[in-house]
Amino acid sequence: MKILVAVKQVASRDSALKPAADGRWIDESDLTYEINEPDAYALESGLQLKEQHGGEVVVVAAGPARVSSSIREALAKGADRAIHIEQDGLDAWDSLSLARLLAAAARSESPDVVLTGLQSDDAGRGETGVMMAELLGMAHATIAMKIDVEGGVLKVKRELEGGWFQDLNLPMPALLAVQSGINKLRYATLMGIKKARTKEVKVMTAADLGVEAAPLAILERLALPVKKKQGEMIEGTPKEQAARLIEKLRFEARAI
Amino acid sequence: MSRVLVVTEQNGGVLHKMSLETLAAGQSLGEELTVAVMGSGAEAAAQALAGFKASKVVVMDHPALGVYTASASVAALAWLIAVEKPDVVLLPHTYQTRDFAPRLAARLGRPLVSDAVSVGLDEKGLIVERQLFQGKMAGTFRCDSSGPAIVTIQAGAYRADQAEAGTAPVSIVTPELGELGPSAVPGEPYRESARTVDLSAAERIVAAGRGIKEEGNLEIVKELAEALGAELAASRPICDNGWLGMERQVGSSGQTVAPKLYVAVGISGAIQHIVGMKGSKCIVAINRDPEAPIFESADYGIVGDLFDVVPAIVKELKG
Repeated sequence: MKILVAVKQVASRDSALKPAADGRWIDESDLTYEINEPDAYALESGLQLKEQHGGEVVVVAAGPARVSSSIREALAKGADRAIHIEQDGLDAWDSLSLARLLAAAARSESPDVVLTGLQSDDAGRGETGVMMAELLGMAHATIAMKIDVEGGVLKVKRELEGGWFQDLNLPMPALLAVQSGINKLRYATLMGIKKARTKEVKVMTAADLGVEAAPLAILERLALPVKKKQGEMIEGTPKEQAARLIEKLRFEARAI
Repeated sequence: MSRVLVVTEQNGGVLHKMSLETLAAGQSLGEELTVAVMGSGAEAAAQALAGFKASKVVVMDHPALGVYTASASVAALAWLIAVEKPDVVLLPHTYQTRDFAPRLAARLGRPLVSDAVSVGLDEKGLIVERQLFQGKMAGTFRCDSSGPAIVTIQAGAYRADQAEAGTAPVSIVTPELGELGPSAVPGEPYRESARTVDLSAAERIVAAGRGIKEEGNLEIVKELAEALGAELAASRPICDNGWLGMERQVGSSGQTVAPKLYVAVGISGAIQHIVGMKGSKCIVAINRDPEAPIFESADYGIVGDLFDVVPAIVKELKG
């Protein structure tokens, strides 16, 4: 079974963010980057599927040169090889343009299963994976919580709203958008890190794949959010804050 | 003059609560408004929709639309969009539309902006506001106006009670779906287990988030809950880690609560959590990061280290 995992590199979760001077994206100086968390779970799902059913895990990631660190991490965890679509300025691409780019890379691999995280921690669109499925002519499922393969069919437990679930059968090839927390992430071993250095990373550009940016939804301005409802901030030492809060809750809000 | 298509969601004849919010968003834009509904029970839901101001309500009736699949929904809406030629298509940002709206946009080759907090029109076309970086940034998007733009509307961004009443004629159409292509085959929805905790009945809730860092630190939050006579709850990451049962999760994938007092400890305030607790009467947020979006929803905010602040509150309550 050939498993393709699409991984995005995003600014680390605890980053202090500010808009860039041109107001089109965040200021990227002094940022650290990591694998988008839901994508890390997608990768783990891919590695587990390979362990259970055999085959190959291929990672595809698009972005500037810095993305190679995340690709190496995925290889160190056990992916067999990778495709790096090395391209600057993808933050200005809309989801459909990105999906075309990733689908072009995926098409050349003819995977049985494509896995992505449900959404990214930066743009947070949750669109690109599902669009890839359409462009690749595959069945898809989102918010996958459990993935099994039985008799050539993907069996997926999907999360619905308000604590409901649903089991789906999908013919392969298919694309699954994976929810965070569906498995336990592994760490790369020293041996894995060593091995990763020798694994193949194919570097291509958008032009190599014949895809151009044609965004129809354009981010015109990125800014810090306007604070809508500013509650009362309670200052002081922890002891003072605690005392004031209790007083407010007792006599002002009458909540206790 | 812009033509707006609002696609509502319903289940067994009952409208999803976000359907009317999306209708209100559509009314705010539009001169000519078509409201679509599909799935088994659509006719009953259409009767409810007919009581609102719109040009018409269209029931899409087809055997393939009875039980939801992305493939049938995409085919039906692609057909309706070709017939109606709307400039803007609005959908509620539910788990279901998240499953098919991107596929619809890709099929039509049209822009999608999801989880929008506002939509508006100016002389150049559609402008959409949405959050990025988990609520830490606000983005303004402009959509190409040479064809329909698809937008999904965030829960609570518009108010259902602002949907203007009126009368709209209801018609039933049978969409031409064509070849549906490969598709997931859905099973019956089910619940994992009987809920042992009904958070929605709790008067006070103390909820823990990622900020507690380790499972052992949950004790500190538990002590606060006990001192306040509150139920213990959590945001998604805590339940994902198995530190607390899923039945104690608050948010779009867990329970929706509206207690008298909600204390968010180490919760940053991602929208998925906010939608589950914003109806609370009094919200207290304790977080290290002064920029955490949770403070926007809070009545009282404390910026500080929860490992200092929470024990101090417990001591104060006991003293």
